[in-house]
Amino acid sequence: MKFLIFILLPCFLAISVPLYNRIEPRLFGFPLFYWYLLLLVPLGSLCLYIYDRGRDHDRPSE
Amino acid sequence: MIDHLNRPATAVFVAFFVFVSLLGFVAARWKRGDLNDLHEWGLGGRRFGSVISWFLIGGDLYTAYTVIAVPSVVYAIGAYGFFAIPYTILIYPLLYVVFPKLWAVTHRHGYLTAGDYVYGRYGNRWLEGAVAFTGILATMPYIALQLIGMERVIKALGFAAEGWMAHLPLGVAFILLALYTYKSGLRAPAMIAFVKDIMIYIVVIAAIVIIPAELGGYGAIFDAAGAVLDQKSIASGGKIVAGLTLAPVQIAPFITLAIGSAMALFMYPHAVTGILSASGGRAIRANAITLPAYSIALILIALMGYMAHAAGIKTDDPQDAVPQLFLKMFPDWFAGFAFASIAIGALVPAAIMSIGAANTFARNLWKPLVNPTIDPRNEAALAKFMSLLVKVGALLVILFMPTRFALDLQLLGGIWMIQVFPAIVCGLFSRRFSGTGLLAGWVIGMGLGTYLAWGPIAWTPLHRLFGLDMLGLYNGLIALAANLGVAFVVSVLLPQDEQEGVLISNG
Repeated sequence: MKFLIFILLPCFLAISVPLYNRIEPRLFGFPLFYWYLLLLVPLGSLCLYIYDRGRDHDRPSE
Repeated sequence: MIDHLNRPATAVFVAFFVFVSLLGFVAARWKRGDLNDLHEWGLGGRRFGSVISWFLIGGDLYTAYTVIAVPSVVYAIGAYGFFAIPYTILIYPLLYVVFPKLWAVTHRHGYLTAGDYVYGRYGNRWLEGAVAFTGILATMPYIALQLIGMERVIKALGFAAEGWMAHLPLGVAFILLALYTYKSGLRAPAMIAFVKDIMIYIVVIAAIVIIPAELGGYGAIFDAAGAVLDQKSIASGGKIVAGLTLAPVQIAPFITLAIGSAMALFMYPHAVTGILSASGGRAIRANAITLPAYSIALILIALMGYMAHAAGIKTDDPQDAVPQLFLKMFPDWFAGFAFASIAIGALVPAAIMSIGAANTFARNLWKPLVNPTIDPRNEAALAKFMSLLVKVGALLVILFMPTRFALDLQLLGGIWMIQVFPAIVCGLFSRRFSGTGLLAGWVIGMGLGTYLAWGPIAWTPLHRLFGLDMLGLYNGLIALAANLGVAFVVSVLLPQDEQEGVLISNG
């Protein structure tokens, strides 16, 4: 259960639109709106991976 | 009719199309099983490991429609089209949490469809029928949209004709698709998905390297697109809201469309089919972690809508923006390759969708309502036949319905599909809901969702709650809230009678 945050975090970041609905700062020419979403995808993967590892530790038998 | 045909592009296009069609027929021999058994034909014998599932589920989620429609919305109004990205970020935690559980239950009891599960869980034939009906209803316009994506690229090849001849190439593609799906079942799209993905990735990599190099880098692309979109907003006198970021009135629709679409996605019969064909919960969880790689490609594909602006593409129909961009920026043979990848990208989901709908029809409508004693062999034969019929239905949608209307139907499809979410997901995690309650919720949700979408001119996906501009919400979510509320209240008043169903444990 203590790993639940890793399931919820990407969801929260994805729907927190006011957080990223802006142009500046830019990164390699990409406005914030776009590079934020580009970074969020691998971050979401990473969160699920961490959750998955934690889950294995909780239930080693499966 | 072929005077304007781009010959090098067409030659490459046709060559790849023939190649994957052959692959589709050969697929019958792959991971050999008795294809007269529905479990083998419709779920590939449930033997697809992490890697094959990755291609299959990925092919299910990221379709020709996405490749054409998402950049076209981005081309037309900008940031709003990117709701597809938070949407795909939300689907993976959902996939991870819900589907290994559903897989385990369906595997233990030999269920093939969501309807099977619902009947097993609640013993309510009406609820099973409701789930099956919703799935088939929502699938038809979805397959039709795949075909529209295919038709766009055929048009871009320069094929010009009048009347029914205009649909000839699509008709031929369709007959091929129908035949190898009939023969090989789910093995065909699983095998073709490999080729499709390699092709799409080659196109995406070429596009994100070559196009910005020619147009002066990503900064220049965003600046050019921003200028075009701003001008569009001003010229329309505020009627069109477009820009590189979301206007305040777009924020609530953006969020609710993302959430609602994510909840609807895995309720579609084809998504259930793709996921249940995995070899186990482990394969599904591994996919939830690795599938987001497709979302990176999706973002880059969506950006092609902006690249089209920077390249000076002007078209009245935004759906032509990406094909035109390819024709302008690439040599003809590579444009043909790119178009082939989009068309093949339409075949994979169209095949899985028709299989999912066919499984559902045979097991959850025909068997309980018409012939309860049908034997497994005839059941499989019926499903194969239905997979043909579903495709003919989708083809008719294309031939006789204006495209604009079909797009609206797709949004309506999501509004409907989300109404079975409580029946499928709540049952996995809670014992509070009864079959009767969920059925009552479904009736209210379907009614309210359809009513809200019923606009004076066309179907509308959004509804302004309390008439406030800032509270434009996705109809599907509003209807789902009513659905859940009714389901809960009715379940409290009329709890599940343990005798009425074959209540199964979910453990």
